[in-house]
Amino acid sequence: MTAPAIPPAIPKAERPTPSAPREYQFPRFERRRLENGVQLVVAPVAKLPLVTVAVLFDAGAVCDAAGREGTAQLVAKLLLEGTESSDGAELTERFERLGASVDAQADWDAAAVTLTALSEHLPAAFDLLGEVIRTPAFRVREVERLKAERLAELLQLRTEPRGLADELFARFLYASASRYSRPEGGDEQSIEALDRDQLVSFYESQYQPSGTTVIVAGDISADRAEELTHHALGEWVGGTARRITADDKPARSARGVHIIAKPDAPQSELRLGHVGIPRNHPDFFPVNVMNAVLGGLFNSRINMNLREAHGYTYGAFSGFEWRRQAGPFVVSTAVRSDITDAAAGEVLKEIDRIRSEAISPDELSLATSYLDGVFPIRFETTASIAAALSVLVLHGLPEDYYDRYRSHVRAITREQILDAAQRHLHPEMLQMVVVGDPGVIRDPLAAMNFGTVILYDTLGQPSP
Amino acid sequence: MHIPIVTFRLPNGLFVTLSEDHTAPIVAVNLWYHVGSANERPGRTGFAHLFEHMLFQGSADVEANEHFELVQRAGGTLNGSTWLERTNYFETLPSNQLELALWLESNRMGRLLPAMTQQKLDTQRDVVMNERRWSMDNQPYGTWMEKLPALCFPETHPFHHSLIGSMEDLAAASLDDIAQFFATYYTPDNAVLTIAGDFEPREARQMIEKHFAAIPRGKGKPPLPDMSLPTVFGQWKRDVVPDDVMLPRLFLAFRSPVFGSDEYYAASVCGAALGLRNGSRLRRRLVRERQIAAEAAAFTYDLAKGADLLVVDVMARPGVAAEQLEQEVAYEIDQVVRDGFNATEVERAIALIQTMFVSSMQEAGERADKLSLFATYFGSPERLNEEVDRYASVSTDRVNAFVQERLGENNRASLVYIPRDDAPGELVGAGAAAATQ
Repeated sequence: MTAPAIPPAIPKAERPTPSAPREYQFPRFERRRLENGVQLVVAPVAKLPLVTVAVLFDAGAVCDAAGREGTAQLVAKLLLEGTESSDGAELTERFERLGASVDAQADWDAAAVTLTALSEHLPAAFDLLGEVIRTPAFRVREVERLKAERLAELLQLRTEPRGLADELFARFLYASASRYSRPEGGDEQSIEALDRDQLVSFYESQYQPSGTTVIVAGDISADRAEELTHHALGEWVGGTARRITADDKPARSARGVHIIAKPDAPQSELRLGHVGIPRNHPDFFPVNVMNAVLGGLFNSRINMNLREAHGYTYGAFSGFEWRRQAGPFVVSTAVRSDITDAAAGEVLKEIDRIRSEAISPDELSLATSYLDGVFPIRFETTASIAAALSVLVLHGLPEDYYDRYRSHVRAITREQILDAAQRHLHPEMLQMVVVGDPGVIRDPLAAMNFGTVILYDTLGQPSP
Repeated sequence: MHIPIVTFRLPNGLFVTLSEDHTAPIVAVNLWYHVGSANERPGRTGFAHLFEHMLFQGSADVEANEHFELVQRAGGTLNGSTWLERTNYFETLPSNQLELALWLESNRMGRLLPAMTQQKLDTQRDVVMNERRWSMDNQPYGTWMEKLPALCFPETHPFHHSLIGSMEDLAAASLDDIAQFFATYYTPDNAVLTIAGDFEPREARQMIEKHFAAIPRGKGKPPLPDMSLPTVFGQWKRDVVPDDVMLPRLFLAFRSPVFGSDEYYAASVCGAALGLRNGSRLRRRLVRERQIAAEAAAFTYDLAKGADLLVVDVMARPGVAAEQLEQEVAYEIDQVVRDGFNATEVERAIALIQTMFVSSMQEAGERADKLSLFATYFGSPERLNEEVDRYASVSTDRVNAFVQERLGENNRASLVYIPRDDAPGELVGAGAAAATQ
């Protein structure tokens, strides 16, 4: 290397020490309730002339009947595809001429319609939102179109290694009777079978004033938010949505290797994990900090090992997916095909290591000071504040949850981390899912003696 | 909405923008170097981006991997990115940690090279090769990112070649290249520094002087070749790519006015009218009404030199062949060329752009990045405060004048992905035979 020396003019500056941190509070919020049962949560935040409204319904994918998977997502999307007075194109135009960005979707636990608009357009946009919620039309043409769009999405998934790995990981993880084992948006079979009547009856049972929460964050007072909510939804009559609890039983009690064949793939999409724990588990905080050390941060053990020490990957991360029932714990990465077994071996080592000895004080302080310090940065936007309040509502967290979050994190000890790792990481239950080139990866993965190796096609059907 | 802006320049050429906002104890530090893949020499495609990775490998007083660790330990988020014309590095931190970010940035601007080793270069080369596989080679349609510029810019043009680089060129990159690239481009006079958020301006200025003033000015960078291009392609270019995909997808590009020019705003509004959200022309016509497409979108590359690209991106519905997809998209574009957009469509596009813009300005990091952008390309971060008015003043006539000038058959480039099983089926005269309706 012919690198020039550092010019003498540039002095070595001492590492700066931080000044005292300034106080930060999660935005104050207030709860109200309309006579028809609609709940209201308002966080007035005067920063820019902008408001986000998120309306939550007890209408997540866990409410889908067996064989009708995909209902919840279709119903949510169809809310924006036409009301009794406006067809889909007109409705879209009415929102968008206000500059309002509006989206509707359903995840596992809830459906949500979310709107962000400039303050000056909020009253008109809010009224439209009410119309969408109270009088969706479910026109057959739009039902059939959205079904076709979902089928197109599923078709594309067959050649999309990341999405395919995620979808099939869920299928191999959960018992076949569990809603969690099937895609949130439904599969070919269930989508084909859905018709308008089924969607309307789902809407009628799950979209009810009681069970609906309107979250408003931004440049608005609580009184004004209540006024607008009342104007938009005050006339809405109905009862209470039924609450469905998902079955979260695992599919297997032994480890397994599931290879989805993508011949000639230059990389393997690798997923390693097992059924995790529900959001309301008392170990939430220790588990979260433990995961930050294991694979949650850029400087986590798994990413440093696979990316920076070995150059196996562009990135490797672990995470617990938080749902009302037990969502998955999963390590995700994409690695060069010829070292798939070595990369999986390193992940296993890291899972074993964090279960067998306490993490170092440095590792603990890195994770806790990150989660503590980054807290205000998570809530810069009206959309992110509304999302945080949605989590609070959805999981019934205490009202002071966000006020106490940082002290909870700071109080975590190394012993708690070790304990969380031992109780909530289960090496003996791990399922390994790999979308990759079987000619290159099958024998080396079998030689790991990790578990029975089964080969599948891209539809998840076992192949000989 | 008016964002406070103060600027100054250090004697070594470093241009600084400060923008105060005390609503939360958060500060963003953002540094743009005016170098990107366009500055790479032949045989070194991908080097600007590989170099960006090396900037996270420590510097004289920062250990390998310590950069990420120090920022995260401080409760900050960070990253960097490489584009055709620039490379940026950014941190958002609790405001009491401002000096940490400035020290880290100054240490790698002034004292990078002692930390560079062959082993680090080898590892980051492997990481980048995996990034390439992950984002392009093992991703359906992933190669569009290098095929589209290759189709749209002449071979000798600095925007023609791959940003992520070829495996061959990545393999050839050496520590000598690192030293040379660093000395040429990573100098204070080729950078702009922006701080946005919760800080005290006098204190911030002192910190900046303390950490950056001693870094010597560069010796100048080699000029880019003449980048100017005719306003239109002069033909309908086409590249058909058989790929491991299930559905045909069309990227239809138009050469368009450079980022930041008056005409750029008309092009940007045109893009939104064509493909932003569900009420846009292409979504309404092709996805909702005629059900030819499963998805449709439009975007600009935002290139500030030579020429920009406006790109329409449309995915076929199952059962729709690539030829038909291209014909139908062309038919819709021809209609716009013939009849123009109506005023409602233009108002809708501008209203959506305005809301998106105000939304994005909520984040200190985004404010800082946009200030750096206008400082780097135009020496004028104040332009950020003109964005709302510039968009508001775009008239339907101006959008339609842009359409007339730039969306015609003499200014189109089709990059068509077809399922490999359908190859080698040929696309015959697709665009010319547009009006089948």
